[in-house]
Amino acid sequence: MTAVAAAALAPGAGRARLFAGTGTLLRLALRRDRVLLPVWVAVIGLTVLSLPSALESVYGTAAERAGVARQMLANSSLRATYGPVFSDSLGGLVAWRIGAYAGVFAACLSLIVVVRHTRDEEESGRQEMLSAAMVGRRAPLTAALLAALVGNAALAVLIVGGLAAQGTAGALALGLGTAGVGMVFATAAAIAAQLTESARLAKGLTGGLLGAAYVLRAAGDAAENDGSSALTWASPIGWLENVRSFADERWWVLLLFVVAVAVQTCVAYGLAGRRDIGMSFLPTRPGPATGRLGTAGALAWRLQRGGVLGWGAAFLAAGLAFGAITGGATDLVGDNERTREIVERMGGQAGLTDAFLASMAGMLGMVAALYIVQAVLRQHAEETALRAEPVLAGAVGRLRWAGGHLAVAFGGAALIMLLGGLGLGIGYGGHLGPVLGACLVQLPAVWVIGGCAVLLYGVWPQAAPAAWGVAGAALLIGWLGPVLDLPGAVLELSPFTHLPKLPGEEMVWGAVEGLTAMTVALTAIGLAGLRSRDLTT
Amino acid sequence: MTLAQRAIDNAVEVSGLHKSFGRTHALDGLNLHVGTGEVHGFLGPNGAGKSTTIRVLLGLLRADAGTVRLLGGDPWTDAVALHRRIAYVPGDVALWRNLSGGEVIDLYGRLRGGLDRARRTELTERFELDPTKKGHTYSKGNRQKVALVAAFASDADLLILDEPTAGLDPLMEEVFQRCVAEERDRGRTVLLSSHILSQVEELCDRVSIIRKGRTVESGSLADLRHLTRTSVTAVLAGPPGGLSGLPGVHGFEARGGSVRFQVDTDKLDAVLRSLTESGVRSLTCTPPTLEELFLRHYQDELGGAPAEVGAR
Repeated sequence: MTAVAAAALAPGAGRARLFAGTGTLLRLALRRDRVLLPVWVAVIGLTVLSLPSALESVYGTAAERAGVARQMLANSSLRATYGPVFSDSLGGLVAWRIGAYAGVFAACLSLIVVVRHTRDEEESGRQEMLSAAMVGRRAPLTAALLAALVGNAALAVLIVGGLAAQGTAGALALGLGTAGVGMVFATAAAIAAQLTESARLAKGLTGGLLGAAYVLRAAGDAAENDGSSALTWASPIGWLENVRSFADERWWVLLLFVVAVAVQTCVAYGLAGRRDIGMSFLPTRPGPATGRLGTAGALAWRLQRGGVLGWGAAFLAAGLAFGAITGGATDLVGDNERTREIVERMGGQAGLTDAFLASMAGMLGMVAALYIVQAVLRQHAEETALRAEPVLAGAVGRLRWAGGHLAVAFGGAALIMLLGGLGLGIGYGGHLGPVLGACLVQLPAVWVIGGCAVLLYGVWPQAAPAAWGVAGAALLIGWLGPVLDLPGAVLELSPFTHLPKLPGEEMVWGAVEGLTAMTVALTAIGLAGLRSRDLTT
Repeated sequence: MTLAQRAIDNAVEVSGLHKSFGRTHALDGLNLHVGTGEVHGFLGPNGAGKSTTIRVLLGLLRADAGTVRLLGGDPWTDAVALHRRIAYVPGDVALWRNLSGGEVIDLYGRLRGGLDRARRTELTERFELDPTKKGHTYSKGNRQKVALVAAFASDADLLILDEPTAGLDPLMEEVFQRCVAEERDRGRTVLLSSHILSQVEELCDRVSIIRKGRTVESGSLADLRHLTRTSVTAVLAGPPGGLSGLPGVHGFEARGGSVRFQVDTDKLDAVLRSLTESGVRSLTCTPPTLEELFLRHYQDELGGAPAEVGAR
């Protein structure tokens, strides 16, 4: 007996055992993410790789590229949108056009992966069973961070390999910087996962941080034309810009990523070591002994209100920030027809202020598409967690149950766009009516994407998460379509393409009506599917 | 005429129910008849189709074939009207992490026909449930109590309980059994799916045993016992004679003056006569336990007897 006990304890009673089982858990994580990781990495990577030739077809000559660079540097609103141009080489333009976005997407992927393998596992109770096996206390967090590292490293390799033709040093800087942004948010998510008890909240907090980082960069770039603003330096996305890929790379900036990742990793491990499994640092307060919730609709609102209010606050803040930097839009020296054309295709016909406001409203609309997808898919989460089953075993029809969630999803989208518009108008200091109109006109397109989510969920629930792909595709088309000169047929796949570019353009009711009718049709088919199918059990 | 006004003999009426998931035949011609006002035990090994049947009864799954009537209505088309009169407790209760137990009890009460406030308070005390705790802080047993309090405090006519006491301690199990007995006394119908045979034996008027999606036995416990064997141990004055050769006697063992065997319950009479011929000094007759009934129906699964057609 004693011999057995001694043998079991002897080899690793020390620190090394804290990481026992990390390799196995990493393999488990990669196995579970075998679709998620490759798809995200491929989408981000291939988008970056397609840019050089696409940009070349738009800005064919050196003179055109120099022109665009000059204008971007001169105009604060354009800088806020795209960031400053540090080099008018093709590589420099690629870094300018995609850097921030590759970083944002890498950050999204990283935070999803980390929370999925840490707090999600604890919340579901799976971690308990895993940790009862030969798994060290630090192994789950380590495996999650390593899984994120694998994804970011693959992305970096893809970018470095694909852009090497434009200059090896620049490609290396852009690849490492993008992975750096990813890992900063991976480690930030690792901290959030220690602080909150719910995976949903951990993702929300980290996502909010990412949004703040984006707005900081935008505001900083509006203020300065060389990325030197303190606001830019406060944002990891600003660091990526300040690495200046393809423009005399500043390698030392990459150290910022290393330091931030190291510090955040230490904080996450420190927090993880000071708490029990499944617990958090935010204490759970007792609730009321009796409740007033009485309908499925009230339940849906109660479950989703935190999310709606969080998104609303974020939209208000983003609107205020973007409104405040709109003033500079009229600075543009209009000597390049091409740029003007692109700006107009992004936004509006008349004044460039209008065009800028329109493109901001469009951007808020595309982000609102992400809100509506998660709000609609909340039903899917309720169903698969078996929480819908006892509710539907009450005197609640499926349509009424779904109706509550859909009211929150579609009404919530209207609310957050309204708040975004308010922020934009107040930040700009005028034009409130037209700006609100510009934001609200996005709604039919947002709703169509919500309708697609309802359709998928109702008719083919296993494929419901594909609704994220629909929203993602609309974002990608909206962001890169104009600059890449994509064919009209592709642009028109996105519902946002059909909207009038307010303020500036004439209101077109036909498009709004058409999209609304489509939403109604998609939702009706989805609900009919939900009514007639088996519940997931 | 509303559903409630219609006179119904059977609260649950299922015949020839089929349900497949892809190539898996979960239910293969299942029959289930639950009389109004009775406590009906619903037994079967894991994967036999108990939960699938219950989900069909709740209108969560649509039957492929067969007739299903619940309180005189169709569980799929009349789902909402029927659910006003039904309380359901799943075997694994999922709660919302940010709602307190009390809020969930009241929510379910309102989502059904209503809630008896006094009874809710009483049940909360009897089950020793703290209703102010948030959903994610409850243990499995306490989550189960939340659903049980909500069900017993409701005004439902039919309680559908799917392994409702998984995770409850023996004291709470006792409280649960008393609650079910009270429900029966109040004239409510209970469909109780369970693996705890002593619980079923204690509570149920009738039972249905299913296997591989089919009903293999249904009736009162007395009926079922009649179909099975009684264990007999006796000390005899003389030799046992031709006892071992009598029809219906199984597993005969003689040691010294005592004999042990099982006998088909309907052959008991002839066997007893033969015993008295040898002179009985002491006699113990044990009726079959539900466990034995249960094992008899499952054992070809364990022992590898001919597989049934249509099973997965």
